[in-house]
Parts: sequence; C-alpha cells; structure tokens
Amino acid sequence: MATTDRELAELTHHKAPHKLDLFKGVKKLPLEEYFTSGHRTCQGCESALVMKLMVKAAGPRTIVLGSTGCMYVANTTYYSTSWVVPWMHTQLGSSGAAALGAAAALKALMRKGKFKDEPINVIAFCGDGGGADMGISGISATLTHPDYNCLILMYDNESYANTDIQLSGSTPYGAHTTFSPPGKTKRIMHHRWKKNFAAMMAAGHPTCKYVATVCMSYPVHAMNAVRKGLSIGGPTFIHSLDPCPKGWDYDPMLSHELGELAVLTGTWPLYEVENGVVKLIGKTRDIADGRVKRLPVRDYLLKQGRFAHFTDDDIDYFQSKVDEMWNKWVVPGVIPFQKHLDEDRPPA
Amino acid sequence: MAEAIITPHVEEPKKKAPAQGDETSLITGSEAIAVACQLADVDVITAYPIRPYDTVMQYVAKLVANGEMDCEYIVAEGEHSQFEIVKHASACGARVFTGSSGVGWMYAMECLTVTPSLRIPMIAMVGNRALDDPKIPSRAKVDAFLPRYDRKDLLLHPDNPITVAPQANEDWLMEIRRGTAAAMERSAGVIREAYADFERIFGRKYGNPFFEEYMTDDADVVLVGMGTLSNPVRVAIRQMREEGKKVGFVRLRWFRPFPAEELAKSLGRFKAVGVIDRDFSLGSPYHSGVVATEVRTALYQSENRPQVVGFICGLGGREVTLPDVRKMSEIVSQAASGKPQPATQWIGLRE
Repeated sequence: MATTDRELAELTHHKAPHKLDLFKGVKKLPLEEYFTSGHRTCQGCESALVMKLMVKAAGPRTIVLGSTGCMYVANTTYYSTSWVVPWMHTQLGSSGAAALGAAAALKALMRKGKFKDEPINVIAFCGDGGGADMGISGISATLTHPDYNCLILMYDNESYANTDIQLSGSTPYGAHTTFSPPGKTKRIMHHRWKKNFAAMMAAGHPTCKYVATVCMSYPVHAMNAVRKGLSIGGPTFIHSLDPCPKGWDYDPMLSHELGELAVLTGTWPLYEVENGVVKLIGKTRDIADGRVKRLPVRDYLLKQGRFAHFTDDDIDYFQSKVDEMWNKWVVPGVIPFQKHLDEDRPPA
Repeated sequence: MAEAIITPHVEEPKKKAPAQGDETSLITGSEAIAVACQLADVDVITAYPIRPYDTVMQYVAKLVANGEMDCEYIVAEGEHSQFEIVKHASACGARVFTGSSGVGWMYAMECLTVTPSLRIPMIAMVGNRALDDPKIPSRAKVDAFLPRYDRKDLLLHPDNPITVAPQANEDWLMEIRRGTAAAMERSAGVIREAYADFERIFGRKYGNPFFEEYMTDDADVVLVGMGTLSNPVRVAIRQMREEGKKVGFVRLRWFRPFPAEELAKSLGRFKAVGVIDRDFSLGSPYHSGVVATEVRTALYQSENRPQVVGFICGLGGREVTLPDVRKMSEIVSQAASGKPQPATQWIGLRE
C-alpha cells in the first residue's frame, strides 16, 4: 500500500507551516515594513520592491537568505542593512541549499526541544543568474524535499544586472547586454530563448505543492503568492519578473508600466500551480479566456533600449514565438509541448 | 543585552540515558566518525557520495534508519550544496557535520572559503582510509566534553534579527580579515585547552596536540608526514631501528594553525629531515608537496636549519610501502652525511 500523505509527514517529522490568510485588497495590507531604508538600489528598481513586499507579506517571524546579486550588493553593504528581519547572505548558486539548511536547522532544533516550537518562515531568494543559471541544481534538489517548509523566490531582472548587465539564461532573445552587444556583422548576439523556469520547476517536481509567477505591477497577487507559498507546506517556488531600468534601458518612471506590458503582451504569463492544478491569474486569464486581446510585443519591446537594434523582422520573430506560447503550447503560456511541430526559423 | 533578546531555548536538550561506560569495539574509522556524530548529538548532517567519505554517511544513514540518531539527514545534490546547507543550519543554531573527499572538496571550495570568514562552526571531514579499534565513550562523557552549541547574539533567528555576511569591499575587508586572523591565532590556545579537557574527561592523552614524535629522542634523521602515512612509516622505522639506523618520525596533527615555531625547534635537533607528501603542488617552490613547503618556511627563521628533502609519495591512494619508507630514510641519511640531495623526489613512481 502506498504511503499516505499523513504517514509521510509522520515519517519525516514534517511540521505544519505558518497559516497566513490571503490579503483581500491593497487597503488590507499591513503598514509595517521589514525591508526599509538603507539600501542603494537604482531608481525604479522593481527587485527592491519585490524584497519589500515579499517580506511585508511574510511578516516578522521570517528568516531571509539572499544569494549574491543586486539584492545582496545593493541592500547589505557592510555596516548597513535594510533588513528588519534576520537576513543572511548565501553564495550565488546556493539559494536552494540555504533554504534547506535553515529549514532543517529549525526543524531539528524544535523537534529536539532546543528551540521553542513555533512556525518560522524561511525564504531564500536569488536573481535569475543565481537561480536559472547557477542555482538550478540546488533549487531543484530543495523542491524534492517535502519535509522542509521554505520558499525560494527568484527575482528575474533578465540579466546579471549587478556586474554590468551580462546575459543570463533568463535574458530574452536578442536583448542587448554587455555580453551580447549588437555589432556591425552580427545584429543579434543572443540567440537563446528565455528559460521557461517556473513551469520547469513545477513540471519537474511533482511533490512541490506551489509554484507561481508574479510581477510587482500586480502587487496584491504577488504578496498573496508569497503567503500561499509559505502556508501550503513543503518547499515552494516563486518566479518574479522585475523590470530593470539599468539593464533594460528605459526611464525609471516606466517600471510599473513595463511590468504590465510584459503581462498584457502575453510575454510574461501570470499563473500558479497549486497541488498540481494550473491556474492562470488576472489579465493572463483574461487573455486566455478571450476577454482581453493580447497587445503586440512591439509595444513592450520598443520601450526598452535593449531592443533598440531590433528590425521589424526581429520583432515579428519575437511575436511569433509569443504567439506560439499561446496558440500551440499544450498548456498555453505554461507548458511548451506542442501537438504539431512547425518550422521555427529565426530571421537571418 | 544580547542574552535578554535571545530566548528561543526553552529547555535543556533531552539527554538520552548515558551508557554505563566506555565500550571497546572493532569498527572502521568511518563508522567511528558516524558514532561520534551520534554521540555529539549533531542536528543537521549532509551526505553526498564520494569515496571514501560516503562510507561515513552510509553508517549515519543506518543510525538514522534504526532510530538511533535524531538529526536532519539530508542527501544533497552536490558538495557545494552539502557545505552550504550546513553553513546555514549552523548559523541558525544547529550543530552540523559534513565532509567530502578529493575533487568533491574542490567543488565545494567556494563555500569553504566563506564559512571560516563568517566564523560559523562547522566540522567537515576529509575522507581517508584507516582501520582502528577506537574506544567508544559514553554519552555522558561526550555531553560533559561538548558545550551546548549556542551562537548567542550571532544566532540567525527572528528573536535576534541580525544581518549576517553583508558585502564588504576594499573599505572593510582588511579589518574583517584581521579579525579572522586574530581568531586563528587564538585557536592554538583553544586547541591545547580542548586536548586537556579531552584528557581529563575521557582519560586519553595525546601529548603535544600539534604533532606527535615517534622514536625521535636519539634520532639522527626524521621523516615528517601527515595522516595515514603513519602506519607504514612506524613499521619501517621499527625495522630500521633493529638494524641500528637512528631514524624517527614526526606526524603533524594540525595543518592550520601550523605549529611553525614549535616544529622548527623540534626539527632543528636533527641532521636532516625528510618530508613525505601525499599531495603535490604544481609549480610550488622546489616543485614540492605542501607540507615540505610549510616545513621549509617554518625552519627558515630558526638557528638550526637541517637540510629538508621533499618526497612525493602515495598519490591517488597508491600504497606507501615499507621499501618506499626505507628508501626515503636512506636518502635523508645521505643528506645528513653531507651528500647533497635533490630538493624533491618522487618515490614509488612506475618507471
């Protein structure tokens, strides 16, 4: 007979996570801040907003672990910190290990009576470089451990933004970065399509109970995703798309609008996979249901200097790939398997 | 004030009934380490297969499976994660254990560089092979020896909301390094203290904590080495002694802090010194192993500087045989009698 969930929980001494009710609208959010002044992120930095709202959603009984990246270097320069909750740095590729280590320590110490038995949230964050590139093996491993309550949040500004904007596995096709500058003979230096990371985490780890994509242009959903991720039990994963004025090359006042455009053009679908059930969220759901028409990606791309070298052909190619996500994928916007494989040729 | 803030400890850890006394059993060194983890009440332990370190974790897994050890036993997906998991667990107040062997250490190297700087206690073993018959002490004695792991105001906990490991550049790094260096300087005293406590509580005496001398009192020449070399070298020395050759052996126990002054004083008594390295440092001074380089450095400041001959031997787990030891000893004796010898020689190399 198969082990039941309850038997598995007993076998692994699994502890119940925090129960965090969902916020019912922006006016119901708490006033307390746990990520405050003292950081030196760029004007218009959406990742800083992710940090602030992530820990606001989690509350004060939280340990945050942050891997190397903008949100380490800019927030915690020695002798200063913007964290009100306990915070610790972890290595670039170690967000998975950090979450596991902290959760394991709390679990062991509480079980053995060395610490007071109480729910304490563990959140480890990483950027797209630390997560989608270097940290993927550690995150993947952690998502297979059903007995540790922790959330891994990847803030994705689509480049190694702290070290001068180099491309990562999460940089969109064709973007101008310092490792992929448009040149005289090669207009497009970055030919790789952005990793479909959240869905990869969800599809690849069937016992992981919660995976979500968020964008801080839709903050209440993002904060509720954090609360769900911390309440559902076991390891969970959130992937946040963060417009980055420096890396994407746009006026900082446009950060919020670009986040919206990423969703409205269908480039960045918002969804949750909760206990194996996929649910499209908000405007993404409206697009899927035909209530809202997807905007052309041109509206999104041409507001960003990193795509300024794009020709009409490049934009068409980008559009065709996004159309494919919506028209051909088995689960539109989420799971990229196609029933019919069509020709896929980028413009020369 | 710090004590007032930190109150997650609600009670003393529950101690299992102490065993009646020490027990002697014939077990491998790996199993002995697993038992040590059990007796030390390790909270978080990480495993990853690489021989021979994995044999320790196989024993730990059995202890956990049989309910004889209460810990979070985590099979990691690589050495890097193994070391990061226990680093963070230790920061959160857990007693931790991990380890690796060979290239696994190299894969974990990033974590090995940051953990000491953060001054986060972590015991990590380098797997090597040995068969021994250790006396397993009672839990009561272990509890008496090991203090409760308490990070005090360095604990990462919501009751003590600190920021650990912020980013430091040229503006502060030197001061931080100096702090770490001062701690390393103090560690020699702590090590002596711990050996004295160990002797008092377990009744086992190891003499000088930093290195052990074997048949050196009247020796003309000595061999110096670390770790598993000790068995063949001792046997060979006993043979050579019967033949009237005055050879001794100095076995280093601590590589860091390196006992430079004390070792130099001791080695200065001999006519020549042979250093056996089971390692090799490409392009190092005289193309030596790392121990030979350290020994030469230690001796430079001393008044009596015997000639140092370096040997590279037993790489990759190749056996160091009695004829190898006799050959090295012969070369060192030649050096002692005034015949110059090459600074580094490879022993047991297939020609």
